[in-house]
Amino acid sequence: MNNILVTKEVTKQFGKYTALNKVSLEIPKNSIYGLLGPNGAGKTTLIRIINQIIYPDRGEVYFDGVLLKPHHIAMIGYLPEERGLYKSMKVGEQALYLAQLKGLRKSEAKKRLKYWFERLDVGDWWNKKVQELSKGMAQKIQFIVTVLHEPKLLIFDEPFSGFDPINANIIKDEILNLKENGTSIIFSTHRMESVEELCEYIALIHQSEKILDGKLSDIKKAYKNNIFKVGLEVENSEALLKELSDKFHLTASEINPFENQLDFTVQLPTNDSGEILAFLTNKANINQFVETVPSANEIFIRTVQSKDANE
Amino acid sequence: MNKLPLIIKREYLAKVRNRSFVIMTFLSPILMVGMVVLIAYLTKINDNQKRIIAVFNESSYFSNDFHTTESSSYVLFKNISLQAAKDSTTKIGYYGLLHIPNENELEKVAQRAFFYTKEAPSSTVVDKLEDIFQDRLRERRLQDLGVSTEEFVSMDKKYEINTATFEGQQNLKGINEIKAIIGGGFGYLIMMFIIIYGGFVMRSVIEEKTSRIIEVIISSVKPFQLMMGKIIGTSLAGVTQFAIWIVSATLLLFVAFSIFNIDPSALNSGAEVTNGIAGSMAPPVPSPNQTIQAYAQELYKIPWFMLICCFVVYFMLGYLIYSSIYAAIGAAVDNETDTQQFIFPIILPLMLAIYVGFFSVFSNPHGPIAVGFSLFPLTSPIVMLMRLPGGIGEGGVPLWELVTSILLLVMTFIGIVWLAAKIYRIGILMYGKKPSYKELFKWIKY
Repeated sequence: MNNILVTKEVTKQFGKYTALNKVSLEIPKNSIYGLLGPNGAGKTTLIRIINQIIYPDRGEVYFDGVLLKPHHIAMIGYLPEERGLYKSMKVGEQALYLAQLKGLRKSEAKKRLKYWFERLDVGDWWNKKVQELSKGMAQKIQFIVTVLHEPKLLIFDEPFSGFDPINANIIKDEILNLKENGTSIIFSTHRMESVEELCEYIALIHQSEKILDGKLSDIKKAYKNNIFKVGLEVENSEALLKELSDKFHLTASEINPFENQLDFTVQLPTNDSGEILAFLTNKANINQFVETVPSANEIFIRTVQSKDANE
Repeated sequence: MNKLPLIIKREYLAKVRNRSFVIMTFLSPILMVGMVVLIAYLTKINDNQKRIIAVFNESSYFSNDFHTTESSSYVLFKNISLQAAKDSTTKIGYYGLLHIPNENELEKVAQRAFFYTKEAPSSTVVDKLEDIFQDRLRERRLQDLGVSTEEFVSMDKKYEINTATFEGQQNLKGINEIKAIIGGGFGYLIMMFIIIYGGFVMRSVIEEKTSRIIEVIISSVKPFQLMMGKIIGTSLAGVTQFAIWIVSATLLLFVAFSIFNIDPSALNSGAEVTNGIAGSMAPPVPSPNQTIQAYAQELYKIPWFMLICCFVVYFMLGYLIYSSIYAAIGAAVDNETDTQQFIFPIILPLMLAIYVGFFSVFSNPHGPIAVGFSLFPLTSPIVMLMRLPGGIGEGGVPLWELVTSILLLVMTFIGIVWLAAKIYRIGILMYGKKPSYKELFKWIKY
């Protein structure tokens, strides 16, 4: 089996409100999977179903090839969006308690906690109460507790909210490191740009339905629409711009007369850029020629729009 | 692996280590004793205030009726004018002046007598003076009817009827009330425990919601496990607290015993004495000492073992029912201020049980109201315990009532915990708005 988690037509209703409508996903092993969509799309509901906090009305969830069962809880690590710690409990005691709830033995939990506390530089917090910690510090503790039992699948719901940039980078590195070591990771966020760089696979959830999923690079390829961004160094930029406008479909242009610089974006009918390149070669120095790749956000917007148009 | 013990342990430690809990546990007995001592002391001070009343008696009656008592003493004025008597009373600062004018008939004397004070007199003082006149008037009338003073005194003796069961056993007045008070004490204990520790459970749930740890935890354990762990852990902390209180109360009781010279072992031997009496036709009139012994003996005969067993059963079921409702309320709201509207309906049956219990069980432990409330599951833990000191079976609570009451309670327990768990499961993940009853009902159906 190459998928750590598969959902088949998972449907969940709260009263008359449908929170998830036949959502089917395949989350490959040892990858980072982005679960993207705006607030209220149903991401958290799906994650809670995976964590067996709530149960689907219809559909099945398979973990590592078998139907999801209560004992799988020990193999999943979950950092919820709404997260916190007992305020009046000591950090070490609390981490031990949460680790034991995940099924770790006390001695083992202690050993691993020592390792992680040193790794994230929080060793001297062991006997502090949580209410004495700053928010970022508490988030580090939460991260440690989430990964401590070495789960096969890690689920992060809006992981970077509440982290300052420095700690966010530390956590990001740790997550990448975990992935290197074979963990599968699900990211859930409504801020699509924030995890785009991390995710190999994504699924877009919108109004309780999955509207798109797959390998991010494949999706991007499919959503490329032959727009190229070109930067030229040319003496008579205005004349060239006029020539170009007659011959090609320019969508934007900018002239910088002091540096003899002409920048423009062009929409080509096909992905073949030979013609425009041949045209430009003799007329100007090309210092930039790239095909623009749509961001996840753009893809999302376009998908939603085309879906709405079809309805 | 079962995680319930882990949760119970954490909840217990979290509660017991809490500073206010420690303070409450050790301070309350001291406070209670302090209160009792303070009240006793204040009462004593109050009693110590002796009132001195001047008596200006111009008549030939009442020469021998004013006796100094603990709370009042009398000073006699003679051979002065009324005005002078009034003046000197104010000057010396006596409480008041009783003027008894000179008339030839007692009735007229009594009618014309006046009691002068600076302010309106205390009713106890007036009552006492009135009693003196009243007694004297009655005596006089009886004399007119030809009853001698000696006869009058012997007639005035208060009469108390002696009661016994058909087996010849001495019955004691007020023993039913005493029994109901003992049962009521247990019932009251249950109510207090439910209100205090139910509140703790609720606050603990709210704390988990506001600190946002709840979702972290229920991704590891079932919400039901967490709820039960919380209820059990908190109640164990409560039992610990009560145990400490009971131990210190017992110590204080021993101190009290030694002060009042009551020998607890005498209660045991007293039982045999009664059995000896039972054989004779008419029990002899008991001396006051024997009466106390008989009361102690009667209390000793209350089926304490059964009572404590039933207390444990009713306590556990009642507490579990109510605290799971408290847990559900805690889960449904975001902060404590929102809990009021939900808490009132919970406290209502508890209060009802206590009041109905005290009124109806006292007057008739086996009347229809008492029976009804001791069967109804939300009030039975309190009301049934008030009835139980009378024993089970003949003369006490019929066995079928006890069994039915417990069965109903168990069924309610299962139903309520199931409902509460449903509300809890949904509620702990809901943030932001205060739910209505309608919404809670919807959650049950999810």
